[in-house]
Amino acid sequence: MAKEELKHTPLYEEHKDLGARLVDFAGYEMPVQYEGIQAEHKAVRNHAGLFDVSHMGEAVFRGPDAEAAVQRLVTRDVGRLDVGQAGYSAVCYEDGGTVDDVIVYRREDDFLVVVNASNREKDLEHFRENTEDLDVEIADESDDWALLALQGPKAAGLLRDLTETDLSNLKPFRFAEGEVDGAKSIISRTGYTGEDGFELYLSGSDAPRVWRRLIEAGATPAGLGARDTLRLEAGMCLYGNELDAQTTPLEAGIGFAVHLDKEERFIGQRALLLEDTEGLRKKLVGFEMEGRGIARHGYHVTSGAEIVGEVTSGTKSPTLERAIGLALVDPGVDDWFEILIRDNPVPAKAVPLPFYKRDRG
Amino acid sequence: MSIPDDLQYTRSHEWVRMEDDTATIGITDHAQDELGDVVFVELPDVGTTFDAGDSFGTVESVKAVSDLYTPVGGEVVEVNSALENAPEQINDDPYGEGWIVKLRTSEGDDLLSPEEYEQVVEEES
Repeated sequence: MAKEELKHTPLYEEHKDLGARLVDFAGYEMPVQYEGIQAEHKAVRNHAGLFDVSHMGEAVFRGPDAEAAVQRLVTRDVGRLDVGQAGYSAVCYEDGGTVDDVIVYRREDDFLVVVNASNREKDLEHFRENTEDLDVEIADESDDWALLALQGPKAAGLLRDLTETDLSNLKPFRFAEGEVDGAKSIISRTGYTGEDGFELYLSGSDAPRVWRRLIEAGATPAGLGARDTLRLEAGMCLYGNELDAQTTPLEAGIGFAVHLDKEERFIGQRALLLEDTEGLRKKLVGFEMEGRGIARHGYHVTSGAEIVGEVTSGTKSPTLERAIGLALVDPGVDDWFEILIRDNPVPAKAVPLPFYKRDRG
Repeated sequence: MSIPDDLQYTRSHEWVRMEDDTATIGITDHAQDELGDVVFVELPDVGTTFDAGDSFGTVESVKAVSDLYTPVGGEVVEVNSALENAPEQINDDPYGEGWIVKLRTSEGDDLLSPEEYEQVVEEES
């Protein structure tokens, strides 16, 4: 098979200079780690880590029907978002299966919808196909934006020195348009790590300078490997693992992002209402291994001789130093089950999510 | 990248130290570096017999699972059970404290020399 030309983010040269191990992720050559996943993971939990997530896609909805279009496409009621507020949401098919999970930013004149890199083309097609009757322009601005995620208990302190935006007024899931080190930026108090932190939307030309400034200020460059272990400890879904076309947001445990009572009809609403009434077909559980071994994506969950589910994500938690995982299981499964590791049933027990919750002091 | 002169190697990045009829096996510096932080090692039971090419265990990093292959057939006479609690020894000292198993064997003819192994690593990168 011919190797397809991999795309690069504006930070590619920075990653190479830092000696990152680069891998193909959603068509981009991305850093999976610099010094090591565990060290980067701990830097985010204890101090501040800096991620390049410029591969994420950005779709902007403009025009008189922009709000109506977003309302139709996402499960959250974006009418309840203030200007300057963002919301996590699912995008569904009519049957309730998940197209993607996204963040919707309500701006003064438009909506910015941030999508997973691997779903960008599929999403844009889905957005446009389902809003043809509306007066809305949906622009794919993915290539215009670099995106840095500065995450960790020291994130606010580091960023404060580089911006005039008042960060103390910027609550979780709020954003402001300002400057970081003189570069125009959307400063968003969001992230994917379970820590306090910010996501900075910048132009590709400014991003390398801001990246270097934040590292000089003490942020540890962190790769996609640590991003995955951090989000898993925080109990957050990864599209392709916990969420896919065969899994509804209710099943994946993100019902908080689904406003079933939303007045504007959204795609998938009927199917989700029905599932809500009739009961889930499967459910997401968090578990810890009781026996030796690490559960991994795709391993079977068993109860006695019966297969009752499948592991969606699993790793050894760097913070808890225990093997943890998420699984989609039959709704009736009790709290003790086994994970089939190389044909060997290893005991595991269900635990409440998230695995890790930061101390909010 | 360290490739000690006194060891022999495999294409699948194990190293072997042959002493009389005992083969001590581990993974190379290159292999541990590619894997990243090793967080779990599954070891075989002492007394188990393997043929050359069999998988005798696994090493797992934060992200990935890798099978371990024995380049020689034989019976497991000792395992490095310290790795169960300190798998990071494979990263820290792959040719020393990070050894994995010892097999009693009469084989060992098809192994790579340090120079040949170096070429394997170069070809892959």
